Amino acid sequence: MQEIVQYLFSGITTGAVYAVIAVGLSMLYSSTELINFAHGEFVMIGALVMVTLWVRIGLPLPLAMAGAVGAGCVSGLVFERFAIRTARNPEPITLIIITVGAGIFLKGAAMIIWGKDPFSMPAFSSHESIEIFGAALLPQSIWIVSAALVLAGGIHLFLKQTLTGKAMVACAVNKKAAWLSGIPSEKMGILAFGISTGCGAVAGIFIAPITMSAYDMGTILGLKGFCAAMIGGLGSLWGAFAGGLLLGILESLGAGLISSGLKDAIAFVLLLLILYIRPGGLFAAKEAKRF
Amino acid sequence: MAIKNNYIRIEYLVFLCAVSAFGFVTENTYYLQIMTFIGINTLLGLGLNMLMGYTGQVSLGHAAFYGIGAYTTAILSGTYGINPWLSLVCAVAAAVFIAFIVGLPTLRLSGYYLAMGTLGFGMIVNIVIREWAAVTGGASGFVGIPVLEAGPLIFMSGANYYFLVWGIVFAAMIVCRRLLASRTGRALRAIHDGEKTAVAIGINTHLLKLEIFIFAAALGAVAGFLYAHFVLFISPESFGFMFSIKIVTMVVIGGMASVWGALLGATVLTLLPEVLHGFAEYEMIIFGTVLMVVMIFMPQGLTRGIMDMIRTAGRART
Repeated sequence: MQEIVQYLFSGITTGAVYAVIAVGLSMLYSSTELINFAHGEFVMIGALVMVTLWVRIGLPLPLAMAGAVGAGCVSGLVFERFAIRTARNPEPITLIIITVGAGIFLKGAAMIIWGKDPFSMPAFSSHESIEIFGAALLPQSIWIVSAALVLAGGIHLFLKQTLTGKAMVACAVNKKAAWLSGIPSEKMGILAFGISTGCGAVAGIFIAPITMSAYDMGTILGLKGFCAAMIGGLGSLWGAFAGGLLLGILESLGAGLISSGLKDAIAFVLLLLILYIRPGGLFAAKEAKRF
Repeated sequence: MAIKNNYIRIEYLVFLCAVSAFGFVTENTYYLQIMTFIGINTLLGLGLNMLMGYTGQVSLGHAAFYGIGAYTTAILSGTYGINPWLSLVCAVAAAVFIAFIVGLPTLRLSGYYLAMGTLGFGMIVNIVIREWAAVTGGASGFVGIPVLEAGPLIFMSGANYYFLVWGIVFAAMIVCRRLLASRTGRALRAIHDGEKTAVAIGINTHLLKLEIFIFAAALGAVAGFLYAHFVLFISPESFGFMFSIKIVTMVVIGGMASVWGALLGATVLTLLPEVLHGFAEYEMIIFGTVLMVVMIFMPQGLTRGIMDMIRTAGRART
């Protein structure tokens, strides 16, 4: 019992990180129909910038966080401007390769800037854990889960309550119709890009105190984010969030109860099962369709 | 039609002569080694091109079949001492069997969902290879793969292996060419252009996609076999997600739906890292930039892109 609760706690914590990554991917997909294979690299940028600003330079925590998110947004916008928008013939497979190329580029740049050694970062708050059912719950976990909820809630409110957000949803539903009714769909795509990579950077900030951060941490995190987004249903905000939590919990239980070596396989087995049984995801927003 | 066929035969003859001339003239083992790798990668590109370029089904897990081929032959011939040529048959059979089992449900998906499904499959195969240490040697790799022999011929690195690989590549190119010129080839293109239309004109699209998926898997397994007996040491990293992406990139950069495109793509992507070794830590940045630039300015791939450039240059002159 105690063990299982402990696994649940750590599962929910990593799950919240996956959820934030998945939310970013899912948002981008719903407004631009683009799957960003470089998404994990923005998580890496967020984590490494955070480590640099907070630990190395010693900026106050909120400022360091803002800086890390800003770095994620700005690098995402630069990537959108120079690589995605200049592509003449945006066929999906071409775009996939461009994002893969961008991912390799960002990884290479990070390796030059930060070197190959991993960095660790202290927790945001004190390390005294709370005991529930004999299992230790770190304040860190509460921090991360609540911040993830606030972020997803914020995006939800933005999409439902503000005019810009509604315009973005309109673009996601039908780009041409939105354009015809006067919504600058190009700009909405750029905005979605910024929010998406910003979310990636937020996930990076969360994960920096949990694991070691290094230039090559992004790829697998990005892939796990896809799995989470697919499990929840591509294009659905809360679906992606739930998918992330579910993935984190199952991974943690699987690693604890079955084998830690097979931990990474769980995400992909789950992905295949979902694709075979319910290709639209558990909480499907759109039906599985062509490119 | 007859003239066109002749033309194609001349193209292949020139290619065959060039490849053999290179093999006979070059003494430098490094060049021969690189060329051998190009040949192995061409086989992978050819297979995936049939699936992706002609049929329009994206696979982000093709390295799995490469790995299955390499590890099957390594385990059978290395651990159990089975004749490597027999283990080639087993490797292909294993890949075909797994492709059948996996392809059956996966190929019902399309678009990004198919891409993610094949990606997941590739990751799972890679993790199994890495974690099943008792059989595969795990993350530290598999040592003790025997050298290929055929009577008096020993296929060690160098000219012998070079000719073996390129002989197989040439045969595979001919098979692909014939297949594409047949009724099946036209049906594949029909699926690419519109699956519903293809169904409407009586093509069993699911079966055909499965067949071509299995064909690509078999070619991948042959490539894996050749790789394993060439380098004699294999480790899971060579068959991971990044390699799957690399095969996709070969097909796309070379030019989709072109047999020569697979060859060009494999050549570029094998040579590029070798050339970039000199740039040490800037290697990844340059590689990423090249991928992006080619895709941004030549979305049809190098084969088509260069041909277009020559044509525009010619038009500008006249």
